Amino acid sequence: MNKECITYYKYNALGAIMYIKKIILKISFISLILFNSVSISNSADTIKVGTLLPYSGVYTVLGEEITNAMILAFDEVGNSISGKNIEVIKGDTEVKPNIALQKARKLISSNKVDILVGPVSSSVALAVRNLVVQSKTPLIIPNAGANVLTGEKCSKFITRISFSNHQINAPMGTWLAKSGIKSAFLLAPDYAAGKEMMKAFKTNFEEAGGEILGEEYTPFRKTKDFGPYLARVKNSGADAVYVFYAGGEAINFIKQAKSFGLGEVMKLTGAGWTTSPLFIPAQKEAAIGFIGSLNYVPSINTEENKAFIKAYKDKFGRAPSEFAVQGYDSGKVIIKAIESLSGNIKDKDKLAEAISSVSIIGPRGPLTIDPRTNNVIQNIYIFEVVNGDQGPELKVLDTIEAVKSPGEGCNL
Amino acid sequence: MILIQILNALQFSMTLFLLAVGLTIIFGLMKIVNLAHGSLYMVGAYIGLSIFNYTESFWLALIFAPVLTALIGAILYSLLFKHIQNADPMKQVLLTFGLIYIGLDSVRLLWGTMSHSISAPNLLSNSLLVLNEPYPSYRLFVILVGFVVMFTLYFVLEKTKIGAKVRASVDDPETAQLLQINTDKILFYTFALGCGLAGLAGITVAPILGVEPGMDMEVLVLTLIVVVLGGPGSLKGAIIGSLLIGFVDSFGKVYIPQLAQIIIYAVMALTLLFKPDGLYKR
Repeated sequence: MNKECITYYKYNALGAIMYIKKIILKISFISLILFNSVSISNSADTIKVGTLLPYSGVYTVLGEEITNAMILAFDEVGNSISGKNIEVIKGDTEVKPNIALQKARKLISSNKVDILVGPVSSSVALAVRNLVVQSKTPLIIPNAGANVLTGEKCSKFITRISFSNHQINAPMGTWLAKSGIKSAFLLAPDYAAGKEMMKAFKTNFEEAGGEILGEEYTPFRKTKDFGPYLARVKNSGADAVYVFYAGGEAINFIKQAKSFGLGEVMKLTGAGWTTSPLFIPAQKEAAIGFIGSLNYVPSINTEENKAFIKAYKDKFGRAPSEFAVQGYDSGKVIIKAIESLSGNIKDKDKLAEAISSVSIIGPRGPLTIDPRTNNVIQNIYIFEVVNGDQGPELKVLDTIEAVKSPGEGCNL
Repeated sequence: MILIQILNALQFSMTLFLLAVGLTIIFGLMKIVNLAHGSLYMVGAYIGLSIFNYTESFWLALIFAPVLTALIGAILYSLLFKHIQNADPMKQVLLTFGLIYIGLDSVRLLWGTMSHSISAPNLLSNSLLVLNEPYPSYRLFVILVGFVVMFTLYFVLEKTKIGAKVRASVDDPETAQLLQINTDKILFYTFALGCGLAGLAGITVAPILGVEPGMDMEVLVLTLIVVVLGGPGSLKGAIIGSLLIGFVDSFGKVYIPQLAQIIIYAVMALTLLFKPDGLYKR
């Protein structure tokens, strides 16, 4: 504001008047917002959606994408469901379980949210799990993939519309083995999700006749130089390397694998996040040839997907990632569930039941909730990174329809 | 495969060396442990990133990133380090520790929180055959840069008059001053040089490891280990220390992956048990 003030004054008196006018406008605008929100929060005719997402820390981008897309879904229905306004209250988890638990408590007891959306990370999800279940606050998970969340730790109040780690990786095990890959080397970060993904892949790959020649787990978020591992993978003689990486690790792995010529001796394959549209701009042509599996790819040729991509680009100025899709579908599920109750959300058991009986067609295809586990049933896309008109893009090789997660230990 | 691992280890050692040598010389001259040394490495990488994005030339980035980092070092020296040279160690630690946070937040503010990457120049984007094993030529280039810096520093410090003055200022500042050596000036230039080398490390590894906030802390601990292991203030110590840590880390990851996270600390502990002042005590 200071800068503006100075520039306005510098030139002429008219500028100064304009500046004052601008301030008055701003003040009236702010008071408008303030009064509005007061009246909103006092009325019983609001639906409060709390988010438990990272807005700082390593997963900031994911938190932003999910929130943006969810708000986009709400905007499309004029920010109101069955005559009630939607209010989104953000809670920053900072990707720390203890902070997330505090924020969840605050959202539930002081803000009195009706529904929670979050989190990104499974460790955070497990930390808030009991609180959510005990307070009977329906939680919609837009990312965290730990199998137990819709397995042993499942609850009717927890609905996952993103994926389970098993769901993404298991189909790829079968598919790769059937497409002629006889042996594989596994490489993933050394933490719960990395191990779950490799286990799911390995089980199905071996069942379909494949052989695992070796596996290596790299220190999580501490591995930047994959050189030592790449030499080992290359010497293993496997037909393919199967990996899961995200963020900076994904960028480094793909670029370094290319510089070591790994793609010349074996197929690069893995969980699809490794070449997410978020990371491809940094990986560039090094990503070409990678075969991955994911619950969404931007090239899905449906009206729903095209409309979503256009709306997201118009509003936020960049193409959406699979994380945005999960946020958008969370918003859609909330809208559909509350509509089915005609806006009557006082009974939390009924609200939870309504959420898990929703079925929608989202950008990634048809979605239903598995009544036994509350995990989403969705298509899994096997894609290859190919050279497109605007740089590398994900080309769908195969679609595996209506994939369920086994959800061991859960029986709702 | 052994050969590839040796090259990997060498490349990592050279990066560590570029970082450790600056830190150790600054310590030798000023008795200050500059905890913000890793921040200068990060800032060097980011400056390189901006030059690269703006000019699309890696070579310009390679030249100007270290120069600008050295300039930042010179400014830091004149504004801060000069004045805390004789302050008590706790104050020095707090100041340099505070600089870490300032560095990290400045980087986030200017360049955002996303990971960035720089492409290696076309000339170095392929593999070279080393004894029939293909190896990324860019990594060979990093090894070369490390050796060039190492030999240049060794030659300058051991064989030239300026080098003799620097060594004199490190060993005995009072006597050096009596002999009309301008130790202040020497301090200023070596401090800036040390920072410039950290910047050089940042820009040389950027095409391999990428550029992101937090890269400062990753190397800081490793660099401190190298300096402590080698003996603070010793050039030879920095050389041997970086080679030791580079090789132990690279080979440890492959042959004893279960211990990958602790093996370098174990080596440090063992070394200090037998040589509490580091391998090369001055």
